[in-house]
Amino acid sequence: MGFWESTFVPAIMKGLKTTLKHVTDRKTVTQQYPEVKPDLPLHYRGVHRLNRDEKDRVKCVACMMCATACPANCISIEAQAAPPEWPDRDKFPKSFVLDELRCIYCGMCEEACPVDAIELTHIYDLTGETRESLMYDREKLLGVYDQTKDNPRDPVRTKRGILGPAAEFHSLPTLGPATVVPDSDRSAKNPTAGVIKSKQESHS
Amino acid sequence: MRQLAGTGMHRATIDQRADAQPLAKSGYPRLMPELLITLLTISVVVGAIPGVCNYLILLERKLSAWMQDRIGPNRVGPMGLFQPLADGIKLLLKEDVIPPHVDKVLFLIAPAISVFTAMLAFAVVPFGPVNDATVPAFIRFIIAPNIDIGLIFIFAIGSLGVYGVVLGGWASNNKYSALGAMRASAQVVSYEIPLGMSVLGIALLSGTLNLEKIMQLQTDGGLLSWNIWFQPLAAIMFFTASLAEANRLPFDLAECEQELIGGWHTEYSALKWALFFLGEYTHMITISFLTSILFLGGWSFPFIAEASSAYPGLWLVKLLILSGKAFFFLCMMIMLRWTIPRFRFDQLMELAWKVMIPLSLANLVMVMFCKHFGFSQWWLLVGSIALFAAWGTISARLREAELAERPGYVKRKKVVPAAVHAGHGAHH
Repeated sequence: MGFWESTFVPAIMKGLKTTLKHVTDRKTVTQQYPEVKPDLPLHYRGVHRLNRDEKDRVKCVACMMCATACPANCISIEAQAAPPEWPDRDKFPKSFVLDELRCIYCGMCEEACPVDAIELTHIYDLTGETRESLMYDREKLLGVYDQTKDNPRDPVRTKRGILGPAAEFHSLPTLGPATVVPDSDRSAKNPTAGVIKSKQESHS
Repeated sequence: MRQLAGTGMHRATIDQRADAQPLAKSGYPRLMPELLITLLTISVVVGAIPGVCNYLILLERKLSAWMQDRIGPNRVGPMGLFQPLADGIKLLLKEDVIPPHVDKVLFLIAPAISVFTAMLAFAVVPFGPVNDATVPAFIRFIIAPNIDIGLIFIFAIGSLGVYGVVLGGWASNNKYSALGAMRASAQVVSYEIPLGMSVLGIALLSGTLNLEKIMQLQTDGGLLSWNIWFQPLAAIMFFTASLAEANRLPFDLAECEQELIGGWHTEYSALKWALFFLGEYTHMITISFLTSILFLGGWSFPFIAEASSAYPGLWLVKLLILSGKAFFFLCMMIMLRWTIPRFRFDQLMELAWKVMIPLSLANLVMVMFCKHFGFSQWWLLVGSIALFAAWGTISARLREAELAERPGYVKRKKVVPAAVHAGHGAHH
């Protein structure tokens, strides 16, 4: 403790200098929210949407992967067999209800979806007057897609094929065994563990 | 004898004034104009203070926002200028909760005491040019003029303000409130002493306790007779102690949101809560005016408003200067509040008992010495600086000695690190 330090004077002056500097520089870090919308990061996770495919049908194939992955159990899907004119899928969701109040916006459904049908958008100001109004059904979720598909911040991330990567797989990359396996393990010796016979191949 | 002469003179001035009023000739009792003017002044002051307090709160919110790189209230009116109005309406319409476990009578009286004492103290504060012939006859810038014990009155009433805090805390029947109230009483008792003693020097120098006379002595002499030159240390101590009196940060241990939720006003809501803050801000205004009157020469300002200057509207300029000085201190208080962290309670007590009371005593003795032997007042400036230096040195030494007692304390060395390292090697 030096002389000046014990008189408190330099400390007070230094503090006042700092605060005065902030008063006079007129800079602000806060935003005027309703007028100025926040610039959210691209990976922001907001309200969900159900994507449409190129024929405006719901892209979802009712595989239940999202409902299984969901840690909050907020997705309930009722599947139905796809009509015969839809040869590219077996099922489609007869009803798809997502409880936006229960959802924790973790994005696991988006990760799990094999056909990139469910995606999280930038909509963050979700309000409703009743709990029921926030139970988003299939039509509402498709509506979110119509509302956000042209927004540059919410690009449709699916670029690969009609339905998504999983639907287009004819073969998975060959998986070599990651560890040393004993000779007796027959499954490990199979060099093409991930091959799925495609329809064309099986026909020919 | 002297006392009698004093009262005689006092009466003479009042009579003179009454004679000067044209109303007195039209059959009214002689006291009537005085009474009317007093009532007018009271109504203006009582009407103005809540408004000023409201806008002070807006200023505080704005300043604190700017300090933290925020924008502050800006929704109600242009730049948020009607925010105080909205706040007032909110506080009036809010649900007024009286918890079932409180002592109802004291609970209701406490906020009233807070406001009442703060307002009463303002009665003897001259908030503009008093005894000025150019001021229109119906305007008077003090509610109770010619109070010869003005200073004592302010301290007496101002320290009564703590009753509001103590009673409020006690009546709330809640441990946090009680703790806040106890802290407040301990704090006010401690800081009352340096507060009073720091202005005793002024009283000795001016030879009066009358605030108007203290102000007049400085305005007559101009810039070089401002008391700040002769009592700089007392000015700092007075300002610090009055911050503690008004329970302002860094001395707001009674309120102390982080530990005591709200201290004594934890259980208060709506208008009763607002009254406590009206009291606090009124106290701040009183302090600011007092500091400007006692130390910064009242309305006097070089070149613009001197004793010899005369131009139309001068009294308005004088009023603005005095208010400006008070405004400066108000801004200072707000700046300090958002700059300095709160004291710990032992530090608070240490500052009062170990620093400010001895220093103000020494300052008082210095003034007495100077007056008795007829030295020039300018020696007091030298003396104040010397006292400050002595205090700094002593407290630095004491702190050093205190730290040395602690286990594991290593005295800060002034040698370069390399040399220390070499020394270590040699020891091993």
